[in-house]
Amino acid sequence: MLDYIWLVPFLPLFGFVINGLLGTRFPRRAVGIIACSTVGLSFLFSLIAFFSLPDQPVADKVLYNWIKVGNFKADVAFQIDPLSIIMILVVSGVAFFIHIYSIGYMHGDPGYSRYFAYLNLFVFAMLLLVLANNFLLMYVGWEGVGLCSYLLIGFWYERKSAADAGKKAFIVTRIGDFGFALGIMLIFKTFGTIDISEVMHLAQGRFEVGASLLTAITLLLFLGAIGKSAQIPLYVWLPDAMEGPTPVSALIHAATMVTAGVYMIARCNVLYSLAPTSLMVVAVIGCATAIYAASIGLVQNDIKRVLAYSTISQLGYMFMACGVGAYAAGIFHLMTHAFFKALLFMGAGSVVHALAGEMDIRRMGGMRRYMPTTYLTFLIAALAISGIFPFAGFFSKDEILWRAFERNYILWAIGVITAAMTSFYMFRLLFKTFAGKPRVEKEKLPQVHESPRVMTIPLVILGVMSVIGGLAGISKAFPLLGGSRFLSEKLNIMRFLEPVTGGHHVVGGEAVGLERWMMLVSLIIALLGIYVAYLFYIRSPQLPNRLARRLKGAYNLVLNKYKVDELYDFLFVNPAKRFSVFLWRIWDDRIIDGIVNGVASFCKVCGRVGRRVQTGYVQTYILLIIIGAVLIIWYCL
Amino acid sequence: MVPLSYYLLLSAVLFSIGVIGVLIRRNVLIIFMSIELMLNAVNLSFVAFSRFLESLEGQVFVFLVMAVAAAEVAVGLAIIICIFRNKATVNVDEINLMKG
Repeated sequence: MLDYIWLVPFLPLFGFVINGLLGTRFPRRAVGIIACSTVGLSFLFSLIAFFSLPDQPVADKVLYNWIKVGNFKADVAFQIDPLSIIMILVVSGVAFFIHIYSIGYMHGDPGYSRYFAYLNLFVFAMLLLVLANNFLLMYVGWEGVGLCSYLLIGFWYERKSAADAGKKAFIVTRIGDFGFALGIMLIFKTFGTIDISEVMHLAQGRFEVGASLLTAITLLLFLGAIGKSAQIPLYVWLPDAMEGPTPVSALIHAATMVTAGVYMIARCNVLYSLAPTSLMVVAVIGCATAIYAASIGLVQNDIKRVLAYSTISQLGYMFMACGVGAYAAGIFHLMTHAFFKALLFMGAGSVVHALAGEMDIRRMGGMRRYMPTTYLTFLIAALAISGIFPFAGFFSKDEILWRAFERNYILWAIGVITAAMTSFYMFRLLFKTFAGKPRVEKEKLPQVHESPRVMTIPLVILGVMSVIGGLAGISKAFPLLGGSRFLSEKLNIMRFLEPVTGGHHVVGGEAVGLERWMMLVSLIIALLGIYVAYLFYIRSPQLPNRLARRLKGAYNLVLNKYKVDELYDFLFVNPAKRFSVFLWRIWDDRIIDGIVNGVASFCKVCGRVGRRVQTGYVQTYILLIIIGAVLIIWYCL
Repeated sequence: MVPLSYYLLLSAVLFSIGVIGVLIRRNVLIIFMSIELMLNAVNLSFVAFSRFLESLEGQVFVFLVMAVAAAEVAVGLAIIICIFRNKATVNVDEINLMKG
């Protein structure tokens, strides 16, 4: 069955071609069915691949020889191992539910078929990225998701803010892609091949730990990951990406795009493990991003923006995991995060949909009574992201925190503080949206309704996944459940990923007790965050305002996202604009155009002088001919 | 017997008169006649050489030149008539359509 793995990425591509070329002529129902069924089928093939994956490594499936120049060789070939299988399962699975949800959400949008065509292309690019067996093909997918994010964030391109956000996403991630491309070139120069598994194999034999060449390669690759996965300092595009339709945000944040960076580092874990400096950089940037984005999320008032900052923060966790060498834990968190973040976005989209586009949580409230299903699933997702037992986020976050604790106390401490912030802002969002009295405009209230089935069923399924998803990674140290061989070994995702990410880390002896304490600490911290949110927004709602007034300076700084956008405008965007104006007005208009116009006017002047020779009088010509003839004869004589 | 140089001198003088006529006269008909004068100056030198070198080839050339001259006159006069009909003048200074 693994021979048909190429169907997994190419089915969505097929859907893109059909809907892209003929979508406007099909009825809407057909467009939706084509888009959903192609992704659904690729999910099905991913499942089949998952179950038929043998224990031994599988040879790469070569589809066709793409480039062969000298000793440079790049094929369209797919790598099948536990890591890529997990990734295609998460990507196609979550994307499938988002596709179904989109049928309801985009219902009535004039760009219906265009939307689904882009969505399919997005899934194709991401699947290509995770299945590629060489860096060049990976780069194709890498750029493909960048393109699709641009197309989908700027989907409502009539709105200037949407078009700008699309451009911002594209340009900012391009900065990272530049580093990624340089990294690939350096890999080829160093190893003479771009086949991923070959590179990993060669690196192990040829380089010492800490080789500077490997550090350079890994840092360049990480630059690409920073851009794609929205880490400091290139995270600025992700909050603005909220301009796109909400299911697109769900897709970008959960299944495609931002997870690419984490996947790439896990895929190149051999290189990173040989470059401790790079790992250090990864961990520090991940950790800093986690707490930084979480702090911004504390005070934002746009429902989708809070979620955007929470994604950045959670991605920071994943990078922190990779940075301490716990690649499998990073992938585990990526998976659980995909479930609950998709769910959060789709829940938020459901609310926004019901309120006819209202996104400000100050004008929401009391939605619990109107949309019970959305409320319930949103609650599950919020509990999961906050890391409350027994929801999925608890297990994955705990694994990361534990591994961070083993490596470095500071990383762990920041991670725990971030966890507290996370549960606070998630429940702030939940309380403000669903609890209390409705603060929507009076005339909107009668129209508030629960979303249609096509939107709530994906919510429920992802809700279930958010509850049980964590069982795939139960630590052995966990009381009762961890003792079960089936859960902690057979079903364990980290054990499953072992062939790719190296030996599974098993705790034993005293560490078990310590890990249990850690679990308890992070659980209490998370509950504390929820309690504070409850105190602030249910018990005494005037408290946050008083606090904000007291800490006015700090509050405004965080509310304005530390003014980083303004700083970037000042440091990069405006100088670039001024330089562009210089190039336009001075260099292009004056110098380049000046040269062209100068050549033209020189010819014109020559012509004006030269045309005087053409008197039009035949006699002048004859005179000149005779003078010429006489001169020739005189010369000959 | 008149020496060859006399013939050639006369021929050169006639040719020069023709050239000067072409250059300074403004009437197309006169210019035309000057051209004929030049042709005939050349004919004279051909005939003179033919006589002195006792070869008939020079005279053959003269016939050829005369035939060409006759054809040229026919075409040239037709052109001049056309110009005159269009411009009501045969003054070359006023025929300057090709002026740059």
